[in-house]
Order: sequence, then structure tokens, then C-alpha cells
Amino acid sequence: MAKTSRIVSSDHRHLLGLAALTVAIFVAMSLARPGLFLTGANMQSMAFQFPEYAILALAMMTAMLTGGIDLSIIGTANLSSILAALAMTALFPTGGNAVAVLALALLVGLSVGCLCGVINGLFIAGIGLPPILATLGTGIVYTGIGVVVTGGSAVVGLPDSFAVLGNAAVWAVPVPLLVFAAVAVVMAFVLNRTIYGHSVYLFGTNPRASRFAGLKNGRLNMTTYMISGTLAALAGLILISRANSAKADYAESYLLITVLIAVLGGTNPYGGVGRVLGVVLAVLSLQFLSSGLNMLQVSNFAKEFVWGLTLLLAMSVTRIEWRRMIDFSGVGRGRSPNAATGDKP
Amino acid sequence: MNDRSREAHDAPSVVALDHISKSFAGVRALDDVSLAIRPGEVVCLAGENGSGKSTLIKALSGAQPAESGTVSFHGQPQAQISPIGAVRAGVQVIYQDFSLFPNLTVAENIAFNDRLARGTRWIDWREMRRTAEAALGRIGVDIPLDAVVEDLPVASKQLVAIARALVDEARLIVMDEPTAALTEREVKHLLGIISRLKERGIAVLFVSHKLAEVFSVCERVVVLRNGRLVAEGPVDEFDPASLTHHMTGREIDAAPVVSADAPRGSDLLQVRHLSREGAFSDVSLDLAAGESLGIVGLLGSGRSELAKALFGMDPASSGTIRIEGEEARIDSISDAMERGIAYVPEDRLTEGLFLTQSIGANIAAGSFRRLAGTFGLVRKSDIRDEADGWVERLSIATPSSDLPVSSLSGGNQQRVMLARWLATTPRILILNGPTVGVDVGSKADIHRTIADLAAEGLGVIVISDDLPEVLACCNRIMVMRDGRIVDERRNDDVTENELSHLLSSDAEDA
Repeated sequence: MAKTSRIVSSDHRHLLGLAALTVAIFVAMSLARPGLFLTGANMQSMAFQFPEYAILALAMMTAMLTGGIDLSIIGTANLSSILAALAMTALFPTGGNAVAVLALALLVGLSVGCLCGVINGLFIAGIGLPPILATLGTGIVYTGIGVVVTGGSAVVGLPDSFAVLGNAAVWAVPVPLLVFAAVAVVMAFVLNRTIYGHSVYLFGTNPRASRFAGLKNGRLNMTTYMISGTLAALAGLILISRANSAKADYAESYLLITVLIAVLGGTNPYGGVGRVLGVVLAVLSLQFLSSGLNMLQVSNFAKEFVWGLTLLLAMSVTRIEWRRMIDFSGVGRGRSPNAATGDKP
Repeated sequence: MNDRSREAHDAPSVVALDHISKSFAGVRALDDVSLAIRPGEVVCLAGENGSGKSTLIKALSGAQPAESGTVSFHGQPQAQISPIGAVRAGVQVIYQDFSLFPNLTVAENIAFNDRLARGTRWIDWREMRRTAEAALGRIGVDIPLDAVVEDLPVASKQLVAIARALVDEARLIVMDEPTAALTEREVKHLLGIISRLKERGIAVLFVSHKLAEVFSVCERVVVLRNGRLVAEGPVDEFDPASLTHHMTGREIDAAPVVSADAPRGSDLLQVRHLSREGAFSDVSLDLAAGESLGIVGLLGSGRSELAKALFGMDPASSGTIRIEGEEARIDSISDAMERGIAYVPEDRLTEGLFLTQSIGANIAAGSFRRLAGTFGLVRKSDIRDEADGWVERLSIATPSSDLPVSSLSGGNQQRVMLARWLATTPRILILNGPTVGVDVGSKADIHRTIADLAAEGLGVIVISDDLPEVLACCNRIMVMRDGRIVDERRNDDVTENELSHLLSSDAEDA
């Protein structure tokens, strides 16, 4: 029984370890640059920076829960924000009512993002393509459409009132942070309290057993990619609001980072394991690290290097966790002889 | 004990374990076990799940060395055993999953290790085929060398694994539950091969808890219980009752738990002329409430395909299904579930369980919709309450339903599967191989549960090739052969031997 309690808590242990890492980085940076890091201005500045990739990471984690991956999130984010930008510039060329502008941007952007997700879902659930290939393909297609629509240049002249989404603050709390907090709460609720949430963890653990249990695998895949597409679109809107323009090749460096954040947050790439809280902690620790390094005058190149190193390190540590889970459960790609006989050593 | 030590002096043992102990997290998995296996000897290692059989295998194969005691190969005590050292000493373990490369051909699988061991860099395809052909020839089987292993039936995969062990100059082949996935005919074939190995002086350690096999193939029996060696001796000193007693530490009654004359309720299921091309044809059957119907057949007889058709997984192409007199179209699993049909699949580990998920989630998997409130929201506490109820009702041995289902033994895992489907309040329960890989003690309990469920008014269909099982817990038994129902008997009107004869296709046509 001792080993079983270890499996149960491995999820929690990972979160605890990650929380400790986050706090450690925060404390280290605060001690190293007390006058710069531990200031309200820096806190606010960080809170403007991370929500866009944090939301993308949540989109990635959701797809990874099924054992799949959504490589089209950047293409989706850019395409939906380009179309939202074109709609805004067409309907509100001279600016306009902030509520109306935001409503239009969200309506167009999120619908396009959701539609991109439906298309991914059709390829994955309908035709049965592996998610990694399907979304790699659709991501290129979405980016391509964005390039064609814009002619490759940026869409500028967004209504001033749209800047609220990415740049305003309510009582010093940045709007993007509020949006991200809302998304995180909603996603945690969806995953923990809905039939979809409970089913998707089971589906990700063993799709074959999920079918035998009467769960609708096709529908679960479809819902998942609709969620990741919609979240990607929301991140895209925040991004263009901060950049004050939309373009087909924004944020391309974020794609693989979101995969790494999801994994650092404890998401198992084989599916069935992953928490919103883990992603939040992973995002915070990386943001603290990059802001702090910036203040230590580490060059931007070195920053990327350190970031990559942290992610690799964290993955190597978590990889041990996966191996342990696979060993104990006999899931993996083959059965361990131990699990097959059901023997309890 | 005296017997063994005297014989051990005659010829050096292939493997000798001397006072081996091993603990995991404070639990003694092996406690002072001594065992010697002589060349050409077929020894059965019997014991329930959790008795330490796997640990013992790992100790002698070097996968997980023991903490104390010594292991000797060919009379030489080994300071430390590594897996490769064990292989060099001729100890080969064939695990349940065979550890083959599913994407490679038969020839590649058989000859690959040998190439690797010899350190050849280049692949000589012709020699590879020769090696493979020779190995298959030694066990007298004919499997196409170019067939891809994943396309082979289970029995052939096993033969490939045995052939591979022979290429590596095996002196002792350990077979871990070799018959768990085999039909009766394939088991007979395997037992034949084991005697051929014996003639060549190769020893076999046969791990099983199927009693019939133990008696038909082994010369010596070693029984483990709770990590201790509790009985050992020539096979003729044991009978099924005493062996079961040693394995479980209690007496198990093998008498039928249901009577052929049990009261039949109203008609539940009527199947007429059901066919699916290439799987089964013209199947008709009736099932009443309170009845438990056994369907026996060899692998490939269409028994699983029939079950999957009734469950809507691979729907039938023609014929009719009536449920409580009403014609029912079952084209999908949802159709079947709406009609109150539940199906506990054949392979618990790949088709049934979500191994890393909690016992609770595994039980609730079929009932999320019922457990959800009006807004489709699921509370974790509701799942826990539901699961705890089933844990208690089916006496699933676990301290908490929050633990992962992989922490349970085979018998308890099977009860989790039963709980999942009973929680959907089915009217018809189809069980495919309900006690595969389940130890003797749990098996009897599951048979009891099946009988109780039928008595409560469920219609139960048990699909199995374990003949004593269907005789024990089914009122009626249908025999399937080549996709057709060829006979039907009451359980008090047929013996195990008659059933076994009816199963094999060389029996005269019914």
C-alpha cells in the first residue's frame, strides 16, 4: 500500500515542488535586486506580460490531456485576431464605443478560433489523423490564410478603445491578468466539475477503455480542440491589443514554449494528467525568472538560454515521475509484467 | 524438502535459490524461499496473485535481485545477478506480454537478440531467417517468417517468444502465466511443446494458477503463499483440492453455484438469425430475467464478436434483437446502454480500466450522466459516495476509493469493472472472460456474485473458455464454433469433457 499512496500523491508532490520552485525564484530575484524586482511597477509589468502565453499554455494543456497536442494554436491566434482586427477597422474606422468594439472583437475572434478548433476536431476525431500531424497541418493553413488576407503586412489602425484589453488596469491590476484569472477559474471548473472534464481525464488515460465505457471519444476530442482553439483566439486578441496591430507571424516563438510550460506544470504528454494550477505555477516561475534575469542585466540571448535550461531541467525531473507512473500502472506503451499479473510485491 | 536436496545432489541444478528474501516498503514479498530446478525438469510455481511469484522470477532473472540469500546457476553461486548474466547462464523469462517487437517480423524477432548478443554489426538476412527457421523447427511449429508479429494471434506470439528463448541457448525457460490468453486447444499445444523442451534437457518453470494445467504438465509443484514456500513435492502428491488449499489457505467449494432449475423470469433478450460477415452467422438465443447463460467457444469462434455486436461496438449486419419483446436496433454503444445492456470486456487492462485513475473514477466512468446534477455538474464527493457504496457491496479490498485502480489485485480490479457496469443499472449484463487472470479465491467470489446478480433478476451472459467456470455459474451453456451456435445444454446435463469435445472443430457437426 505504501507504493500506492506514492502514486496518489505524485500529482500533488509535483505541484508542491513547483510551488517551492516558484517561491524560490521569486525570493532569489527579490534578494538580488530588491529595489527593482520587488516593486509594484515590476509586479504590474510582469502581470501585463505573461497572460497571453499563459492562456496559450492552458490551451495546450487542455489538448495534451487527451494525449494529443494542438500545434495550431499560434496559427489560430493570429488568424482569429487578424479577422477580428479587419472587422474592427472596417466597422469602426474612426474608433467607437468601447463596449461595442470589444464585443465585436471577441465575437469575431472567438468564433474564428472555435471554428479552427472544429476543423482540427474533424481531422482528428472524424478522419482519425494523429493530433500532432493534423494540427501541424492546420496551423500552417491558418497562418497561410492570415498571410493571404493581410498580404503579409500588419493590420494597423485598430480603434483606440480596443487597447483596453491589453493595456488598461483596474485598480492597478492589469486587464490581461483579470482575463487570465477568469480563464483559469473557468477552465479549472470545467475540468473538475463537468461531465466533459471528468471524461477527458479518463479518455486521455486510456482511449480504448473510454470507448468500452461508453464515453464518446469523438465528441470529447471535438470539444477539446474547440476549447483550445477558443483560448488561442483569446490570447491572440490580447496580443494584438498590446501590439496595437495584427500580423500573421506574431508570437511564433510561443508555440513550443507553451508545450514546455504545460509539461513543466505537470501535464503528462501521454494524456490523462494535468492541472490548471500546475500551468499557473509554471508560468509564474518562468516569468519571475525572465524578469529577474533582465534586471540582473543578463543579455536577452542568455535569458533564452537560461529559460531553455530551466525547462529542460524541470522536464528531466518530471520525466522521472512519468516513468514511475508508467512502471507502476503498466500503462505505458507495453504492460509491465508486474501489472499484468496484478501482483503486489 | 529431503527429497529435493537428495535429488539436487544427483545433477547440478540449472538454478538454485537458497534462502532468498526480499521486501518492498517493509512488506516481505519473499521470505526465506529455497528452490532448485534440475535440467529437463518441469516445475510449476503456483500461488495466488500477490503471493510472490513475480518477485521470485525477478530474483532469479536478475531484474530485481533479492536482498538476502544466494542464487546459483549450474552449481556456481552468483555474487550478483544481472539480467544479462542470467541470460548468459541460460535463464530466459517469457513474460505475459512476451516482450516482442510488434512491428518487426517473426524472423527478426527470433533472431534479433542473438545478433545483438554476438555483437554483429551487419544484418545477414539469409542467416537471420535460417536461425529463426531452425528455432521454430525445434519446437515443431510452422509460422510464416515474414509475418509481422502484431498481426499474429496470441498463441503464435507466444511460440515466437519461446523460439527466441531457444535461440539464446536457454537452459531454463520461465513462463509467466503462459496460458492466460490461450484457448484450451492452444494450451494443449503449448503443453506438448513443453514436453519437447523437456526431452532436450531444458527445464521449465511454469507459473500458473490454473489447476488443470498444473496437473497435466508438471512433475513437481512449488506453492507460494504470502511470500513463503508453503508446499513442495512431486505432482502426484497433490490433488486439486489440496493444491487450492495450499494456495489460498482455505477450502474452496467447486460445486455449481447456480442450479439449472433456477426460476426463469420474463423474457429479456431474444436474438434471431443475427449475423456479421466474417465473425458469426445465424445466431439465435433467448435470455430471461434471472437467468445466467454461458457461451463457450475457442478463440476465433465468434464469441467475443457476438458480445461486441450485442453491445453495439461492432453492430451485426443482419438479424433481429428484441429486448423485452420490443425490437431494438443496436448500432452503437449508446444504443446498447440506453437499452440497459452492459458489457465487461475481455481484456481488463487495455479495454477496461483507466489504470492510473482512481478506483472511484473507474467505477463512475459509465454513470457520469446520472451522477451529474441538473446542470450537468459532477461533484467529487458524489463520485466518492457512489464508489464507496460499491466498494462495500462487492467487497473490493482497498483502504480508499481515491487510490488508483492499479493498486488493486486482479480479482479486485475485475470487481471494479463489475461495479462500473452495475452502477449503470443494467438489465442485461454481458461478461467476457470474467475471471481471466484472477486468483482461485477471488474467482469463487466472482462466481458467487454472478449467481447473486442473476437471482436479483438480471439477465447475465458469461462468455468464457474456462469450462469449469461456466459449469459453475451458468444455468444454460451454448457452444459456439466457427461463428455458429452448435449446441445448447443445461449445466446439469453436460460434463467438462463433453463441453471440451463440443468446442473443438473436429467434433462431428451438430
